[in-house]
Amino acid sequence: MHIVVCTKHVPDSAAKMSVDDAGNVSWGDAPLVINPWDEYAVEEALLLKDEHDGQVTVVAVGPEDAREALKHAVAMGCDAAIRIWDESFAGSDTLATSYILAQTINKLDDVDLVLMGRATIDSDTAQVGPALARRLGYAPLTYTIKIVALDPGAKTISVERLLEQGRQSVTSSLPAVVGTVKDINEPRYPSFRGIRKAAKLKMPVWDAAEIEADASKVGAAGSGVAWPTIYAPPARKGEAEIIASDDVNKAAATLADKLIAAKVI
Amino acid sequence: MTTQNAWVWIEHHQGEVANSSWEAIGAARTLASQVSACIFGQGVKELAQQAIQYGADRVFLADDATLADFRVEAQASLLSQLAQEHGPDIILFGATTRGRELAPTVAVDLETGSIADVTALEEKDGKLIATRPIYAGKLLSKCLIAERRPQILSLRARAFARLEPDAGRSGEIVQVAPALAEDQIKNKVTGLEAAEGQVSLADAGIIVSGGRGVNSPEGFEPVLELAQVLGAALGASRAAVDAGWIPYMHQVGQTGKTVSPDLYIACGISGAIQHQAGMRNSQVIVAINKDPEAPIFKLAHYGVVGDLFQVVPALTAALKEKLA
Repeated sequence: MHIVVCTKHVPDSAAKMSVDDAGNVSWGDAPLVINPWDEYAVEEALLLKDEHDGQVTVVAVGPEDAREALKHAVAMGCDAAIRIWDESFAGSDTLATSYILAQTINKLDDVDLVLMGRATIDSDTAQVGPALARRLGYAPLTYTIKIVALDPGAKTISVERLLEQGRQSVTSSLPAVVGTVKDINEPRYPSFRGIRKAAKLKMPVWDAAEIEADASKVGAAGSGVAWPTIYAPPARKGEAEIIASDDVNKAAATLADKLIAAKVI
Repeated sequence: MTTQNAWVWIEHHQGEVANSSWEAIGAARTLASQVSACIFGQGVKELAQQAIQYGADRVFLADDATLADFRVEAQASLLSQLAQEHGPDIILFGATTRGRELAPTVAVDLETGSIADVTALEEKDGKLIATRPIYAGKLLSKCLIAERRPQILSLRARAFARLEPDAGRSGEIVQVAPALAEDQIKNKVTGLEAAEGQVSLADAGIIVSGGRGVNSPEGFEPVLELAQVLGAALGASRAAVDAGWIPYMHQVGQTGKTVSPDLYIACGISGAIQHQAGMRNSQVIVAINKDPEAPIFKLAHYGVVGDLFQVVPALTAALKEKLA
């Protein structure tokens, strides 16, 4: 069984984000890490690999920085990593990114399953997974909290998905794109051996020619959405009104009155 | 108005329409001269009149067994087919799990742009500019779909106002047939284990959250009691979820849900930056924490420095009395 995991590098979730006057986004000295959601996808791929004697390829679209995400995934146990990048890919929105990933996956052999986190914590669109499933014509299984059964021979898969309305059980066919949510598993830490393997691993870079990308479908030209302005939200004005709490019941009554007066309850 | 023709995809579950869909119709009315609602399901005929009352001029109604369960393939194929026939300028979705899955799927079919989780819209120089949070609200981004049509957007729940339903409004109902037959749909829904009687975080007007300070699964009881008195949704910080005290579906923050209720009450939450990112846009924030130096107090409008196990039950009792 061949499993592909799509991942991305993002600033650590503890990073303080800022924007300069020219609109350049900065995360200070915070590290770039594998998108936290993707760790669940990698872990699930590794569990399935052990169960079904499979092979796991991790891919990421991005410049040199994307190596961090790929290295982490290999250190966790993925077999191979491919970085996908071409100068012409800069400025890709989710429409173009899903095209680049679909072209890449179509170049790989006999893919049964594509796994990815439910969203990336930077742009947080959660759009690439559904778009990729549509482009590939694979079964769309986003927001998966449990893979109940998977049969690579019969090409079937059953999952539970976490929706607002509850847990939905779905059976479908392989190949599929599965988006994972937290709680599906507990991602492992990279082993020492894994970290050494990742440090030594040769990571091929596939460019536009390699994935046979149509220039009109990648980068800004292939995108529907542009994002000309990024800015910091205005700081909250004023300070908290601290309610004296020597007498807890009095404090509670005062707070209740203030909330009722503020018309929020 | 630069948009003549706006469509809204209507999300429904067991005969009830998601609030975010009515809000999307409300937003569509401010943008476009003609608003159409797309209602695809089984046994959903009654929803068409409701959509008209909430502001639709026209309803595309598909009523078929293949559309009984929400399946993105079936919904997307029909919506894309209709959009190709009629050429709307814009299609709006609620930014729910389903809406955020369907919108980019339709965008692929129509080779157009899709902007997720929009919190504000403005028209500038004849262009529609959408604001959306990035890095879970640590920054904001202004986006646009300059060339391609339709423009596809999913709108965050509670960010746009719905109209008061008007029983006097009239509109046209257009019956449409599904685009896919059952054997063309890969996903088969075999069951739904409903989330029991809980208010969803996305729709909640009030959220009461617990953090590291609740100390144990049992520690959530007073937090839950306060939530129940207020009819609020129950939230949690990542620390409480990671400790295993409460399921992940309650997590607020950068790796959980991003919320913007009218009132957010943080109990025993220190306010790590990744939690702040998920709730900072709440209209009124209350912090209850033992540590007067906790960063949450910098974000809060009202703060009580004290033990949550004393303050929260006292607040529950006070509200019970005052709201009775």
